[in-house]
Amino acid sequence: MARYAFYPGCSLDTTAVEYGMSTHAVARKLGIEFLEVPDWNCCGASSAHMTDHLLALALPARVLALAETLPVNELVAPCAACHQRFAGVEYELSRDEELKKKVNSLLDRPYTGKVKVKSFLEVFANPETLDKIQKSVKRSLKGLKVACYYGCLFVKPPKVFNYADDPENPQAMDNIIRALGAEPVPWPYKTECCGASLAMTDEEICTKLCNDILRVAKDAGADCVVTCCPVCQQNLDMRQVSVENKYGTKYRMPVPFFTQLIGLALGIDAQALGFKKLFVSPVKMLQKVGAA
Amino acid sequence: MGEFNLSQALKANRSFVDKVIEESGQDIRQCYQCAKCSGGCPGAYAMDYPPSQIMRMLALGMKDKVLKSRTIWVCMGCNTCTTRCIRNIDIARVMDTLRQEAVKAGYTEKGRTVIAFNDAFLGTVKSYGRLFEAGLLIKFNLSTGNLMKDAQFGLPMLLKGKAKPFPHKIKGRSEVKKIFEKTKQMEGN
Ligand code: SF4
Ligand code: SF4
Repeated sequence: MARYAFYPGCSLDTTAVEYGMSTHAVARKLGIEFLEVPDWNCCGASSAHMTDHLLALALPARVLALAETLPVNELVAPCAACHQRFAGVEYELSRDEELKKKVNSLLDRPYTGKVKVKSFLEVFANPETLDKIQKSVKRSLKGLKVACYYGCLFVKPPKVFNYADDPENPQAMDNIIRALGAEPVPWPYKTECCGASLAMTDEEICTKLCNDILRVAKDAGADCVVTCCPVCQQNLDMRQVSVENKYGTKYRMPVPFFTQLIGLALGIDAQALGFKKLFVSPVKMLQKVGAA
Repeated sequence: MGEFNLSQALKANRSFVDKVIEESGQDIRQCYQCAKCSGGCPGAYAMDYPPSQIMRMLALGMKDKVLKSRTIWVCMGCNTCTTRCIRNIDIARVMDTLRQEAVKAGYTEKGRTVIAFNDAFLGTVKSYGRLFEAGLLIKFNLSTGNLMKDAQFGLPMLLKGKAKPFPHKIKGRSEVKKIFEKTKQMEGN
């Protein structure tokens, strides 16, 4: 049984409850075990790295050190922003002993680097699990056109990650979507920034970037934009109505998490996957696959 | 950029350039102005100087202009520039360093709301160990004086069970607080 240390991050039981619900439902079906890191803290996100580099290393390092108390070799974080912080710590501290000492002097429990940071997408997109998913499909998503939106931080900058998906045209989520019977549409905005880090401070920029993404997805014929990041998801889903008002458009583009789509295909009830938690109604896309 | 005495500025601001190189760990002198970073930057349209120009201005020692730019506060940290730079410069990291240097130099005018947001965000993390969204929003709105900002999302969030009225406090709060305090001390030195 695959087993990982699990870092929910601050959004998985708040702004992204449906990501958490669907992740755990799908994991149960596939026999994947997620052990939550005990007493985890916030990774500091962009606010920490904008403010103080050492703080931005020490906050995630405390979490990685706590993960070392679990019987696991790898840690996953479903949030792209958290994931990139962990990968960054691993990258920097494995190359700089001095810095590692300095960071450890700030922690109660030292970080050794024993538990490696793994991409949450890879938990599902590795060939073995992909095969298992494909064989467990109860309700094929055939006919559903999906724009896979990776956002920035699951793939950029590639040097800090220990896997090799293409940062300009990643494939992990596309492969998952294909295994579910759905069709990932070719589109050029897979890793274009949605501006979420400015959502509260510069709405103009954020709205423009969201509009670009939604428009290109619509033009590509997508029924939904599927994401792997709670920050992007909230931005594209909850703020979609502001985008539509500002640009006089009507996208009504559902923005589910990829784990919700896996769950649908595995035959899990849409309610249990948190589809009702989405702001833009997913009813049409659910009808298309016979799940509503 | 107007008239500019190159050698004089270079000398006067040499230490600033060196400091940015040291703090960021990025050798900005490797930049050969291909402008790939600017071409892909999602914020470039709203910046006063695109990222490649910031790199050039840095190399020329134009400290004040760089630190007073809007660019460094528009940058969203998306890492597209870093990913594409053919000279292996982590430009996003340089932007982090520049924001920190701008705060140290007191050039906070253009970054006022971003700084207020980061302070409010980190304030809740320092107190509870985790982010507390409602606390962040209230603190941020109070400090920017825009009390109703994003208020329209409050009720729908609550109804969907996406907002918590109370913070979750972790057991290791004192450890987290210590991290904040110690890093602040180290920065001070
Ligand atoms: S991409 Fe790199 S080398 Fe090219 S202009 Fe930007 S910083 Fe300079
Ligand atoms: S990290 Fe900043 S400067 Fe670089 S591409 Fe993104 S927004 Fe532009």
